[in-house]
Amino acid sequence: MIQAGIFEEFGTQYLISIVLVTLQVSLTAVGISTLLSVFLAGVLGFNEFPGKRWAVAVVNTGMGFPSVVVGLAVLLVLSQQGPVGGGFSVVLPGGGVLFDFDGVELLFTPTAMVVSQVILATPVITSVTLSAIEGVDDAIRDAAFAAGGTSVDVSLAVVREARYGVVTAVLAGFGRAVSEVGSVLIVGGNIAIATGGGMRVSYTRTLTTAITTESRQGNYELGIALGVVLLVLALTINVLGSVVRDRGTAR
Amino acid sequence: MTEERGRDWGATRRRLLQAAGAGSALVLAGCLGGDGPAENDSNGSGDGNGTGDGGGSGGDAAIGDDELVLATTTSTDDTGLLNAINPAFQDAFGITINVVAKGTGASIETARAGDADCILVHARGAEDEFVSDGVGLNRRDVMFNDFVVVGPEDDPAGINGATSATEAFATIAEQEATFFSRGDDSGTNKKELIVWEEAGVEPSGSWYRETGQGMGDTLNTANQSGGYTLSDRGTYLSMQDNVDLVVHVQGPLKDGPAILRNPYGVIPVNPAVHDNVNYQAAMAYVGYLTSPEGQSAIENYTANGSQLFFPNALSEEPQFGQYVPEDYDGSSEAREVARFRHWVDTVVPEDF
Repeated sequence: MIQAGIFEEFGTQYLISIVLVTLQVSLTAVGISTLLSVFLAGVLGFNEFPGKRWAVAVVNTGMGFPSVVVGLAVLLVLSQQGPVGGGFSVVLPGGGVLFDFDGVELLFTPTAMVVSQVILATPVITSVTLSAIEGVDDAIRDAAFAAGGTSVDVSLAVVREARYGVVTAVLAGFGRAVSEVGSVLIVGGNIAIATGGGMRVSYTRTLTTAITTESRQGNYELGIALGVVLLVLALTINVLGSVVRDRGTAR
Repeated sequence: MTEERGRDWGATRRRLLQAAGAGSALVLAGCLGGDGPAENDSNGSGDGNGTGDGGGSGGDAAIGDDELVLATTTSTDDTGLLNAINPAFQDAFGITINVVAKGTGASIETARAGDADCILVHARGAEDEFVSDGVGLNRRDVMFNDFVVVGPEDDPAGINGATSATEAFATIAEQEATFFSRGDDSGTNKKELIVWEEAGVEPSGSWYRETGQGMGDTLNTANQSGGYTLSDRGTYLSMQDNVDLVVHVQGPLKDGPAILRNPYGVIPVNPAVHDNVNYQAAMAYVGYLTSPEGQSAIENYTANGSQLFFPNALSEEPQFGQYVPEDYDGSSEAREVARFRHWVDTVVPEDF
């Protein structure tokens, strides 16, 4: 058991801010990823096109993207030296400027972390959603089609039937995002802001990067305690997820 | 106090929500292939927008945008120094300091890319290069402490009490006693390599191990594996409770060799090189660190009952050396004339 006092010196408010940043970033990322993924899985699952098998292989490979590499790539794009951070312009051959983008400072912000986590979570959610969609009995498609549905109606019917799998996919994506440390450390910078009296609030410090920071200073107990908080958090989200899922199947 | 913190926290949360919103907007725009111009209001997008600026007490007009990205060494952050001295600045100026702690080499690289507004580092050679290249300017000395050679208590290489760091290093190499190097191009790592070079040893072999991590990690690793390492005194003192390592070679603070000196400098990033940087905030921060208030805050900071850093910015004597690279001599008249010509050529319009 962890002693109740272990976070006292650490600061309850600081801990809460870390948890909130963690949730904020991961949930936002998973939300965006889910929208992207359902769309992508729909495109891949309901259409036949040349190179489809290849596209699916790419998505499945994406599940194993090393997070540090994603972090590094996002860093390069968001840095002042990159297209998003430094801006770019598209110049027409005649010399006119077609498009001029000044650049926007996103590196070392929660937004940067959301971007990298979207890239990490999307392949996971897409892949699991896709297999859920493919697992739906063809009879459902036929029935929806026979009932006079358009292809959109058919897709919706199938996705609704596959909702159990979609929830599983979202949970898997959340797990990937919330437990990841490599990319958020690089693009977020692990920033906590001092607020006086030895207090801090997290700006881009998540539970995982806070664990890195604490173990770096030899505060292993605190690191473990933070790890327990992370586990509890993940567990809570998963329990909520399965409640939603079970309701889905019960109906 | 509590109330103020509450407000700070509210501002932080608002900013997070805003940033998250901006993030989703950005990603969605990206996926729709839209060329959303995004916000290009000079600096920073996902931040306070004036509504919750700083949330602090001072409430003066914000300088630049209200965020300062400070890239610094792990030693200033791991020791808790910045955590102790930054809030007074944040309250006075309404600027939030985002500390990115990553070692001197990495901090300088971050600043070179224009991704930080200011650096607080400890490797004079690398700082001079940074200034010589024009990326940094207005360097100031801030504080100092020293490096110490630490190792297991039983001292397998027998270096305890050595008065020469180079001799101690040479002995370690000779005995092939396990030595942990930061290996991360940090200020401490640079210093360590200087000592090896002075000792005339090119460390190699299974006894010489690079951790590639921060000072805290490296002290922990040395502690677990019974090895020696070079540490800044500040980080060592702040971690003394967690490790069994003892000091075998003292630095100049305790009559040790001068080679183990460890001065820290603060350098804003040149806004002429990176026009996105928050130069005014960086200069305000330099002003704060080198002011009597900032200097006494540094002096009063202790960990485990010991003072970790010694302020050295205040001096009645002129100390020109701190502003320019150590080997710089810009005093000749010919240079002055040439420089003035250059200004005339580049700044004054032709039809003036």
